[in-house]
Amino acid sequence: MKTQKAMWILGMTVIVATGFVLMVGTLRSQAADPGDKPPDAIEVKIDNFSFGTMTLKVAPGTTVTWTNNDDVPHTVVSEDKTTFRSKALDTGEKFSYTFTKPGTYPYFCSVHPKMTAEVVVQ
Amino acid sequence: MSNYIEKNLDHDGVDRRGFLKCMAWAGTGTLCVLQGGVLKSFALSDVLQQKIGNMKGDLSFVQISDSHIGFNKDANPDVTATLREAIAKVNALPTPPSFVLHTGDLTQLSKPEEFDTLAESLKSLKTDHIFYVPGEHDVLNDNGQMFHERFGQGTQGDGWYSFDQNGAHFIGLVNVLNLKAGGLGSLGSDQLEWIEKDVSRLKSSTPIVVFAHIPLWAVYPQWGWGTDDSEQALSYLKRFGSVTVLNGHIHQTMQKIEGNITFHTACSTAFPQPQPGKADSPGPMKVPAEKLRDLLGITDVNFVRGKHTLGITDSSLA
Repeated sequence: MKTQKAMWILGMTVIVATGFVLMVGTLRSQAADPGDKPPDAIEVKIDNFSFGTMTLKVAPGTTVTWTNNDDVPHTVVSEDKTTFRSKALDTGEKFSYTFTKPGTYPYFCSVHPKMTAEVVVQ
Repeated sequence: MSNYIEKNLDHDGVDRRGFLKCMAWAGTGTLCVLQGGVLKSFALSDVLQQKIGNMKGDLSFVQISDSHIGFNKDANPDVTATLREAIAKVNALPTPPSFVLHTGDLTQLSKPEEFDTLAESLKSLKTDHIFYVPGEHDVLNDNGQMFHERFGQGTQGDGWYSFDQNGAHFIGLVNVLNLKAGGLGSLGSDQLEWIEKDVSRLKSSTPIVVFAHIPLWAVYPQWGWGTDDSEQALSYLKRFGSVTVLNGHIHQTMQKIEGNITFHTACSTAFPQPQPGKADSPGPMKVPAEKLRDLLGITDVNFVRGKHTLGITDSSLA
């Protein structure tokens, strides 16, 4: 009947419109946009006696996770040796630290101290 | 090629060119003995068959290093087996060593079971005493406390010590603790003060043997192969007529002579590492299985009282 058909069309329109709005909303939050929130979790791979990125720039509140892909153990230790300090990481083991305060955090491997890098929180 | 090298290019009694020639043969099992500045070389097989009798000095000891018990990656999946082969090699020497020095990295990860396996394996070493100094792999999570409890009894400070044997003075140093970001190995001011005091009472004619894990000379600083404050330590030893420095850490033999000081690094019993700058990093170097034992080894040291320098022989496990 005409009313039933109209109701059906109206209902479908509402559903489609809602879906469309939701989709656009999601896409907008994923798009590269200066107003967007940066990722709050970063991965660093340790390999070949190197921390990979020499200077890692992150926002306050970011959790950085280091994974040791090398075949010797390494540590992740802040230069002052107190701010953060991992245990010895064997191949495959991880260490995470959440950087809350802005600043520059130089760090090194306490087993192979020539391995150095830094995290810049801003 | 004659068996005797008699070029004496300097007036200090050390035959440098002959020594370097000799080192090139060392990997194939050649015994080079320095006696009063003249190098004599012998095939190691002849020595083992006791064809040469005058090798026996007043004192002989052996250095092994870098056993890395617990390592199980491609470069050597069974480091306990190669350690046992090294022990068999030591036990087969014609002159049993008075003692054995282990210059560190006993274990891979400072784990109790790794220290256990190491201790158990070394029980079959035919020698009266084993002296240890830690490597950076032995002091991983506890600033060396476990190593100290098990292998550092009777030592000073963070684990340094000295002893006398047959008129020679031996000094064990620890240069793997309190390392600073971007730095090399480190002895620290307490240990340096102790070294100065320890040798002050000795006559300059006393032969000195220093052993520590990380080289006490700048082998290759980019890879951490050196010690930041070793110069100061060596300055206290300048007056002595014969100083021998034995190190590990780099997993290959290397030699340097500077005045009265002979620096020597030993092979690992576990896995080889690349030559300085020949790879991206100083990590374990995988070689074809049949070549592995050519690059692992032990070091035999003979000391003849009254002679200028110790006789140092490297032999591979091949």
